[in-house]
Amino acid sequence: MRVAIAQIRPRLGRVDENLALHEKMIRSAQEQEVDLIVFPELSLTGYNLLDLTYEVARDPFSPDIQSLVNTAGEMDVVFGFVESTPEHNLYNSAVYVSNQQLNTLHRKIYLPTYGMFDEARYFGRGDRIHSFPTRFGAMGLLICEDMWHASTSYILAQDGAQMIIVLSNSPGRGLNEEGLDAQDTWYSIMKNQALLHGSYILFANRVGTEDGVTFFGGSAVMNPHGVIEKTGALFKEELLIVDIDFEKVKRARYQMPMLRDENRDLTIRELQRIQRKYTGEGIWR
Amino acid sequence: MAVTVVEEILEQAPFLRINEVLATEMLTTALREEVEKSGFSKVILGLSGGIDSALSLYLAVKAFGSENVIAVCMPYQTSSPDSLAHAQLAIEDTQVESFTVDITPQIDGYFESFPDASPLRQGNKMARERMTILYDLSALHEALVIGTSNRTELLLGYGTQFGDSASAVNPLGDLYKTQVRQLASYLGVSEEIIAKPPSADLWEDQTDEQELGFSYLEVDQLLYYMVDHNYSLSKLHELGFEQSFIDQVSKRIIRNQYKRTMPVILKVSNRTVGIDFRYLRDWGL
Repeated sequence: MRVAIAQIRPRLGRVDENLALHEKMIRSAQEQEVDLIVFPELSLTGYNLLDLTYEVARDPFSPDIQSLVNTAGEMDVVFGFVESTPEHNLYNSAVYVSNQQLNTLHRKIYLPTYGMFDEARYFGRGDRIHSFPTRFGAMGLLICEDMWHASTSYILAQDGAQMIIVLSNSPGRGLNEEGLDAQDTWYSIMKNQALLHGSYILFANRVGTEDGVTFFGGSAVMNPHGVIEKTGALFKEELLIVDIDFEKVKRARYQMPMLRDENRDLTIRELQRIQRKYTGEGIWR
Repeated sequence: MAVTVVEEILEQAPFLRINEVLATEMLTTALREEVEKSGFSKVILGLSGGIDSALSLYLAVKAFGSENVIAVCMPYQTSSPDSLAHAQLAIEDTQVESFTVDITPQIDGYFESFPDASPLRQGNKMARERMTILYDLSALHEALVIGTSNRTELLLGYGTQFGDSASAVNPLGDLYKTQVRQLASYLGVSEEIIAKPPSADLWEDQTDEQELGFSYLEVDQLLYYMVDHNYSLSKLHELGFEQSFIDQVSKRIIRNQYKRTMPVILKVSNRTVGIDFRYLRDWGL
């Protein structure tokens, strides 16, 4: 399976131009016989939309989204956009397209609203997390901050995902002598989770600057042994091509059978106990 | 020699060190993007002969090439001859186009009516005079004004509102003075510029550190714990900083918040500029 990560620089609030950019990247990936292309979070709209959130929101079946779905051809495509529901709620969403159909939609669950982020002011919070079958194997979608909660990749792995796709818009920050804090932390988390779950993790992060905030790129592929297989450049647009070998999932899970040995019943039981504790329904043990 | 001076400083506060290669790449990439997407290919900046404007110049030259950068020297009659000589050093080293505009006639013309004006008034007037010249030449040369205020002076409010603090894009605003020194040394700014005591050069033998009452190295260390790490004032004292120093800096930061914000707008409507009419400057770019 050949994957492309489109490390693009979307224009803020310009769905028309970003659609053209997506089509260009898809064409380029087609020439390189790519099976799946992954775009970053909010790839159709740009990140810090503020009041533009309202204007760029699209129904998943709107002509703009459908034109992109149709462009995909035989390739599977993952991209991000502002979703408008029939109830007119707005979500930071991502879709997995295969056979020119919407296969799966994921709504970002954990909306960072601290420090430089203000997402919960504009977006509704997703409340579902699940793996889904693809012609390559089961996968899961996460959007940026979702990955920073250990529970999300845990649930996806338990639900059968062999590959977790993370669409991201991470700003470069915390520059110190070694490099960027943000990049270092991202890689640590993903290497760790890939290893613990014996799963591939694809990290698609954008580049470009919005009002002085520079997204660092550095898109990457972590293999099921927790090793970085390939990384994209920092700060530069790039189409990162990687060949994926699902045999590695098999080998990793044989060598390190944590998934097999996981005691789900115990985890659920303890979580339910903790939930009772916090809702005041039960006792403390 | 400059390298040694900077190294000696950084050895006393190694936690202030930044990765020079990455800082240069990040700042030049972002500077280029912010300028070019605003529709400009050239930049203009005021060159005082000091280290801050020298670093902005060197970064701009790296981002745009010397043929797209214009340096403007704007001395007053009491400006130190060294300042102009140092500015000239930077101009010759970077091969940029430059202009010199003596601001003495307009400053003296204005203060003829106010012969007893304080040094503060005179200094502020000169800073704002220079700003209007830069913005005028910006229109003439279709070149965007690049800022030269570092993070230390922004936090301390050690600058003139709508004067030297005015620009379209400021590449130094998130670098402490100590980090400006490190990066300037890395980018090859002349030793004479790096090693001399920083000065606003508003009167003879003025130096920043004398006027502020502490050194940049001291205050950068304090700001690092106070601002970057959210240490409380009592915790800062436990770290070994003098209580009077902590109080003085803390008060300065709070008192000068007005210099770091846009003018306050009195709310009447439902969508007020800056309050609930919220868009980035990079709207659609």
